[in-house]
Amino acid sequence: MLKIKKSNLDKLYAAISERQILYVPCNVAGKPNFAVWGEGADVDLVSLKTVKSAKEVFFPQCEDIASFRKEGKNISVKSEHKESGDFVVFGVRACDCKSFDILDSVFLADPVDTFYKTKREHGTVITLACSKPEETCFCSAFGIDNAEPEGDIATYFAGEYLYWSPKTEKGLNLTKTLNSLLQTATDKDNDALEKEQKKIKEITGRLPLYVLDLSYWEADDLLEKFNSEKWKALSESCIGCGACTFVCPTCQCYDVRDFDKGHGVQRYRCWDSCMYKDFTMMAHGTPRPTQMQRFRQRFMHKLVYHPSNHEGVFSCVGCGRCVEKCPMHINIVKVIKTFGGDDK
Amino acid sequence: MQKVAEIAQKRAIQLLNQGVVNRVIGWKKGEFGYDETPAVFTTAAGIEDFRYDVFSAPNLSKYLIDESKKEGKILAFLKPCDTYSFNQLIKEHRVNRDNVYIIGIECGGMADINTIRNRGAAGVTDVADNGQTVIAHTLYGDVTFDKNEVLLEKCQACKGKKHVIFDELIVVNPQDDEPKNRFAGVEAIENMTPEERFAFWREQLSKCIRCNACRNVCPACSCLQCVFDNPRSGVASKASPDTFEEQLYHIIRAFHVAGRCTDCGECSRVCPQDIPLHLLNRKFIKDMNAFYGEYKAGEDSETRPPLVNFSKDDAEPSVISDKGGDK
Amino acid sequence: MTYEMLIPSVGVVTEIRRETPDVKTFRVVGTDGKKPFSHIPGQCAMVSVPGVSEAMFSITSSPTQEEYMEFSIKKCGCLTDWLHSIEVGEQVTVRGPFGNGFPVETALKGKNLTFIAGGIGLAPLRSVINYVRANRNNYGKVTVVYGSRSKDDLVDFDEIRNEWMNERDFEVHLTIDRPQDGWDGHVGFVPAYVKELGLDKRDTVLLCGPPVMIKFTLAALIELGFDKTQVFTTMELRMKCGIGKCGRCNIGDKYVCKDGPVFRCDELDELPGEY
Repeated sequence: MLKIKKSNLDKLYAAISERQILYVPCNVAGKPNFAVWGEGADVDLVSLKTVKSAKEVFFPQCEDIASFRKEGKNISVKSEHKESGDFVVFGVRACDCKSFDILDSVFLADPVDTFYKTKREHGTVITLACSKPEETCFCSAFGIDNAEPEGDIATYFAGEYLYWSPKTEKGLNLTKTLNSLLQTATDKDNDALEKEQKKIKEITGRLPLYVLDLSYWEADDLLEKFNSEKWKALSESCIGCGACTFVCPTCQCYDVRDFDKGHGVQRYRCWDSCMYKDFTMMAHGTPRPTQMQRFRQRFMHKLVYHPSNHEGVFSCVGCGRCVEKCPMHINIVKVIKTFGGDDK
Repeated sequence: MQKVAEIAQKRAIQLLNQGVVNRVIGWKKGEFGYDETPAVFTTAAGIEDFRYDVFSAPNLSKYLIDESKKEGKILAFLKPCDTYSFNQLIKEHRVNRDNVYIIGIECGGMADINTIRNRGAAGVTDVADNGQTVIAHTLYGDVTFDKNEVLLEKCQACKGKKHVIFDELIVVNPQDDEPKNRFAGVEAIENMTPEERFAFWREQLSKCIRCNACRNVCPACSCLQCVFDNPRSGVASKASPDTFEEQLYHIIRAFHVAGRCTDCGECSRVCPQDIPLHLLNRKFIKDMNAFYGEYKAGEDSETRPPLVNFSKDDAEPSVISDKGGDK
Repeated sequence: MTYEMLIPSVGVVTEIRRETPDVKTFRVVGTDGKKPFSHIPGQCAMVSVPGVSEAMFSITSSPTQEEYMEFSIKKCGCLTDWLHSIEVGEQVTVRGPFGNGFPVETALKGKNLTFIAGGIGLAPLRSVINYVRANRNNYGKVTVVYGSRSKDDLVDFDEIRNEWMNERDFEVHLTIDRPQDGWDGHVGFVPAYVKELGLDKRDTVLLCGPPVMIKFTLAALIELGFDKTQVFTTMELRMKCGIGKCGRCNIGDKYVCKDGPVFRCDELDELPGEY
């Protein structure tokens, strides 16, 4: 275990930035989001949740995939896949870190998404334990430990220090380059850290969503869940925006679009939402004409379809962003609770 | 407020039982006492979950576009500002007035959970409204706020406590109808240099995640097919790789709702990134007031709005250009 | 696989046939003059006009056609409108193949086959039919039932008349929805015609057409004593990536672009009916 004084964190950011790009939660116009660190950045490691999750570092909201030029009848195609430089993402919470596994299970499955893979290979993830969990958090329901996050390096705030624990080779390599800034933790430090983690666990146990019964979703009756009458009332107030989707760390659906720059065409992909009515629209119509169907698709995907294809792993990490951000306060927790547990 | 809620609940049950309406649209309790969800109730028993308190902010008028076209009459609880939206929808022939029974419901201002959080209350598990103050019960202890300090922006700039359309009213504590100054925020931006103004909006709009919540919640955005959903528009629905095009989304939307926006403030309430979108709409309102005389969209359901009306007194284009241009 | 599946290659349109008032067949080769890639019958490819959009189309030519690839495309949206306006010699982009295709080397091998198609639904089946013709000894008797709105809407009419009808052990039944001058063949919808023909219930069926035609034809087949396990169909949904990641063609726990587009009809019963 290593440590660095909180007051020295700026030096740490600068040292990392000297060698590679550093993404860290920063306040821009009053809202924390992951941003590239630069001198004078308003780093925010206190706010628990960035508005957008850390997924955008590996799966950006917009990403060029190809470009085309047309000369007469001839088209030329250029791949926009670029080798990535090494980079660091600092301040990733345990839930967001877990979401990378879920994204991996989609994007790294054969055939591999090379755009995503390159970034995953070059990114070092530094997680941060959640000193102050909030009421919207329910990562515990998915077996995530917010006091002991995974990642290449795990960090923890306690007292005057940020504690630093490398967990992988990538993490160790980065740590080596920062040796002059990091000190070895003493027994006293370890005690302080242990106390802090105990405190986190105590609060987590008191979270209103700490107990969330997922047993109903573990049963294998896809069509029964799909055909349930409950979807109608649940989806009634959904306005069909994409707020839940775009703040979600595990939503990975995307659209592919062409942008005519006038002197060539840029083909890019961008986040898309199954809540949008054009998501499945074809020339002759859409198989999901109602908002109820689109709403059901999103939650069935997270709680039934994804687990069915990925050894029972739910496509939710309990970060609670959708709980906070839905304009009408409908969210996955309400869906889970409405369907209930074993007995319902 | 609690008394108002009780009366409303009883009245809803009565109207359902009497068969005056077959559905009721109101707000339903959430998980934490601050996350009320709009809901349609069809049975007297179901109305047990009805809530009306400082977090019943969602404007129900937009739902009435669809709901008023269904079989039977629906009872809708509308706050004063929500009635403006409903009137405007009547004017635009978007709702079937005959199918809606409107109860104008008293409003003392709605609280903003984001402001409560931003002012230091983390982990809010419940909120109690004590009239002048609100107490946030959190995982880390109670925090008390002066209610006026944690009101939604739209309530801090309240248009007034008068319901402009209703079939009956539930007002227990008649309130001061003095409208607040809505234009201080606009003036602050007008007083910036063009460079500052540009930088301000660039930074604010750079946060946009293009979730379309502002558009989907907006009662003025009632087009059956939005231009931003038209695949041929080239700017359909999704984020664009070009930030300039991306930022046009909000500007175009503001132009589309100019003269029809009732300033209900829902766009700013729902924005996950807290972009002050109401400022764009309110700038239009302020300018229209200056050029064409005081006008409040939705104040009635008949008069012609200034932008689609012509009178000899209309401001000359040159006047508009002088006022709106360099300052 | 590290091949970048999202990056297309350039295809040259070498021939355009007008099949019906709103269907054209496009013959495509790579810039090297060769077939862009090989496929199995029933698989699809993403075709695009850069700057317009990209969409999934079934490859209508048979894999045994080694010179080129063909797509029969109905004019019905942005991209297809554009494709209908291009001329021979112009370029498009293609990538693929995507999807599972029909089980021509397993479940269909050695069987008597009945192909039932409605309108543009013949496009994916044509690939299989010509594959079967090229490997005639591997399959039993072939019956084709094909219906369209009118005589003019029958796709591949020349090939059907001149080649399929003369093929050994091939029976071809055509029908149109309403009577029409110059048509002395059968008149009526496909599902009713299927019942009328009293097909052999031991046949393996390949069915493709508009959703409503599939629904009623399947019901007719079951009435005739067919089991859903004998019937294969192919689905069409909006797709963007083609490799089961963009999420658009997700139905239940399946991705039509990767787990389909060909499904046995009993498998569809286990999926939500959102197609």
